[in-house]
Amino acid sequence: MELELTGITKRFGSLVANDHIDLSVAPAQVHALLGENGAGKSTLMNVLYGLLQPDEGQILIDGKPASFGSPRDAIAAGIGMVHQHFMLVPVFTVAENVTLGIEETRPLGLLDRRKARQDVRELSRRYGLDVDPDALVENLPVGIQQRVEIVKALVRQAKVLILDEPTAVLTPAETQDLFRIIGQLKAGGTSVVFISHKLKEVQAIADTITVLRRGAVVGERPPTASEDELAALMVGRNVQLRVSKQPAKPGDVVLEVSDLTVTDETGRVWVNGASFGVRAGEILGVAGVQGNGQTELCEALMGLRPTATGTVRLNGRDLTHATPRQRLRAGVAYVPEDRQEDGLIGDFAVADNIVLDTYDQPPFASGINLNLGAITAYATERVAEFDVRTTSVATPVGTLSGGNQQKVILARELGHEHKLLVASQPTRGLDVGSIEFVHRRIVEQRDHGVAVLIVSAELDEIYALADRIAVMYEGKITGFRPPTVPVSELGRLMAGSAEAAEATEATEAEAPGAGP
Amino acid sequence: MSEQAPASDAPGPVPGTPGPGPDDPQSGGHRARVSGRALWYSLRSGNAFIITVLALITALVVGGLLNAFTNTTVLHAWGDFFSAPGHALALAWDTAVGAYVEMFEGSIFNPHTVAALFSQASFGTAIHDGYLSAVFNPLSETCVQATPLILAGLAVALPYQAGMFNIGGQSQFIGGAIVATYLGYGVSMPVVVHVIACVIGGFVGGAAIGWIVGELKARTGAHEVIVTIMLNYVLAYFLAYLLSYGYLMQAPGTVNPITAPIAGNAHLPLLFGSHLRINAGFLLALACAAGIWWLLSRTTVGFEFRSVGKNPSAARVAGMNVERNWALVMLIAGGLAGLAGAAVIQGTDFTLNNQSFGTYGIDAITVALLGRGRPLGVVLAGLLFGALHAGAPLMQAATGTPVDMVEVLQAVVVLFIAAPPLIRAIFRLRAAGVAGVGEVLSKGWNA
Repeated sequence: MELELTGITKRFGSLVANDHIDLSVAPAQVHALLGENGAGKSTLMNVLYGLLQPDEGQILIDGKPASFGSPRDAIAAGIGMVHQHFMLVPVFTVAENVTLGIEETRPLGLLDRRKARQDVRELSRRYGLDVDPDALVENLPVGIQQRVEIVKALVRQAKVLILDEPTAVLTPAETQDLFRIIGQLKAGGTSVVFISHKLKEVQAIADTITVLRRGAVVGERPPTASEDELAALMVGRNVQLRVSKQPAKPGDVVLEVSDLTVTDETGRVWVNGASFGVRAGEILGVAGVQGNGQTELCEALMGLRPTATGTVRLNGRDLTHATPRQRLRAGVAYVPEDRQEDGLIGDFAVADNIVLDTYDQPPFASGINLNLGAITAYATERVAEFDVRTTSVATPVGTLSGGNQQKVILARELGHEHKLLVASQPTRGLDVGSIEFVHRRIVEQRDHGVAVLIVSAELDEIYALADRIAVMYEGKITGFRPPTVPVSELGRLMAGSAEAAEATEATEAEAPGAGP
Repeated sequence: MSEQAPASDAPGPVPGTPGPGPDDPQSGGHRARVSGRALWYSLRSGNAFIITVLALITALVVGGLLNAFTNTTVLHAWGDFFSAPGHALALAWDTAVGAYVEMFEGSIFNPHTVAALFSQASFGTAIHDGYLSAVFNPLSETCVQATPLILAGLAVALPYQAGMFNIGGQSQFIGGAIVATYLGYGVSMPVVVHVIACVIGGFVGGAAIGWIVGELKARTGAHEVIVTIMLNYVLAYFLAYLLSYGYLMQAPGTVNPITAPIAGNAHLPLLFGSHLRINAGFLLALACAAGIWWLLSRTTVGFEFRSVGKNPSAARVAGMNVERNWALVMLIAGGLAGLAGAAVIQGTDFTLNNQSFGTYGIDAITVALLGRGRPLGVVLAGLLFGALHAGAPLMQAATGTPVDMVEVLQAVVVLFIAAPPLIRAIFRLRAAGVAGVGEVLSKGWNA
């Protein structure tokens, strides 16, 4: 099936989200759509999937105009979509999820479960998906859940499969598996539209790359195009993909964590006997696939979660049972993983968010009286310093872009006195320009002698920032490595491979807190 | 800065934000930009305000129609509709409008009283005989009726700002009324001290009940909606128990569930002489509204309340003690509802019986809802409903329209405010960023 979009334009009020976009997807091709957040990729795909109606332009299928009033129409025309956030019912089996909405019934309205299972098995075999139709979705790892989504689309006879940021939640190994599956789909005649902002992946998998910027197509390139060229197209200027930094000059140990164990209410162990140290002037990067206890580690460090055993010390002071406020006052700056949930109050003004953890300190408050003038003045200054793009400090922070929201958090956290910076997924969902900005600030902190702990699921980020890498797997720190370690070895550690863990012992003997 | 953190502004892209391209094309649309001013804090969002006004108008129309189609005289006229259509329509109109006119005369201003005033021989005798007071009596009654509504409305509005839904106005009202009444008749104190002690007692009594709710939520996660509803029953029956035994609070020598009257020293002072019932309780209510506004928008305490209300996780990460805030908010809210109880006992009733709490607990929710959860809004909504209550008796006396009409009006107002799409559909308004108390209520607070 050949799919063509001509002159697609979609406006939201005065915003032009898609500006006369032309795109043609050849049969059995992998067509990558590359662009920053907000470039209009998702809008375009939502138009194609019938979730949005274009203001202008046409969708042509095999040369014939088609119009999709709803996803149902798009599915009927052979278009399938795997969303970034999966649309699966966790307590249903794979087969039940796959047939949800298109259930075949036997007489008396009974569900034809056997047929559903057969379909899944058959597709699974044909494309090497390795999906068990009877498994409960909630028990499956993310990578397999994604395949269930793919099966869902294939069962509905999809000829063009849209994958929206499919690698965001995958380990390096799972990503490789996905690429293999995409290859098989292609071989079977299915076209794939691969949406991403990750240059390396796009180069690895695509047959054609279309770059979007500010809602318009700015270029089409073959996968052989250089990373720098693609990045420049995407951002509209030359960007530094890797922050330049001098070798670290580690000082004294600032954060000392020993034998830290964190469990939740149900008794599940999230962090299992973690011991490490972070020195002044060094960046310790914690790598690992999401959900291996990194979030819980950071929350325990901030006092947001109780620690079961172990101690946390900051400059020798025991903070194991301190409240979040005590830790903030003791000199910890914290950039939470989920900035909208934990980092900001979306309805509050930028200014309020900038003083969210210092509002009760002078000069912002005297007694219980807030000093609104001082808050506005300080916020205005910080907004200028961190180049937050906002009409005023009175604008609700929820209306800003992700990058600007993250800048507000940095402006706040780096504004109060701190000796330790804990940043969890500091650039998640940010565009290339903002990533560059955030990375530069983090390295700057290190150079000023701040101890920095970075948690990231992006290996690129870990390599770009870390002076020392710790890998977490199932709550345990499986090893410390210098940033020169090959990806394959990190990947093994992240997957909890036993040999890798054993090989770690030697490194770990160097003691927590040792420099690279 | 606090003006920029209202409940009613749904986030949407700000036109003209110099951002890198279309950052969030999904949530397009225009956001009404109204610069915040302290006094307009409560009515800030133009859209929410318009919806509120339209809801009121719609409620009046619905009430009028209901009246015109249920009045027996008019129903007979409808029977002759085909022989005398003009008569039926005129009668319907007169009935609907007549009821509102009487309501207005009973709550704001009655021209007959002015005529009576000017027919007096001299101004001096007019004042002495109460003719001047009669002119202001409707307004006085409106303020008297509004007093507990404002106080109890604040008791709902404050927790709303902190992300909680206080349905326990009734129990906190009873708690305050019990303490204020007991101090009123059971203790003997000098002039000024006694009334102040009773008012403080009312606050403490309500605060204790509110605090139980907040503390249970903080310690055990018990949902405040459930706990407040249950406490309403507990306190209502506790009151009935207190009023059943002479050795508890029942007045000596009676078999009725009623306390002895409170001492004259404990009465809230009247503001404009003995002919008008308006008393210091009204000033107390206004002062509390101003105080809550100040607390919410100008203090660190209010900053924490609002932070916890808007996003408890971010508040916790920023070092705030979310649980302590819950307990404190409910304590203050309970105190406000307790003051409503004290104001009723010390201002107008002077005794406590097992019906004293009336429907204040539920009316308070209506008031807070109409006031969009802001202090000034609560004052205005309280005055409006106060006027409805004040005007109802005259309406019933003069036109035979039952006082229950007031309940209907309140209910319709709430219905329309809780469902902004209804109003938008009726008046063909464009969907705009109106996410206020109503929307929250219709989705379930704290959900």
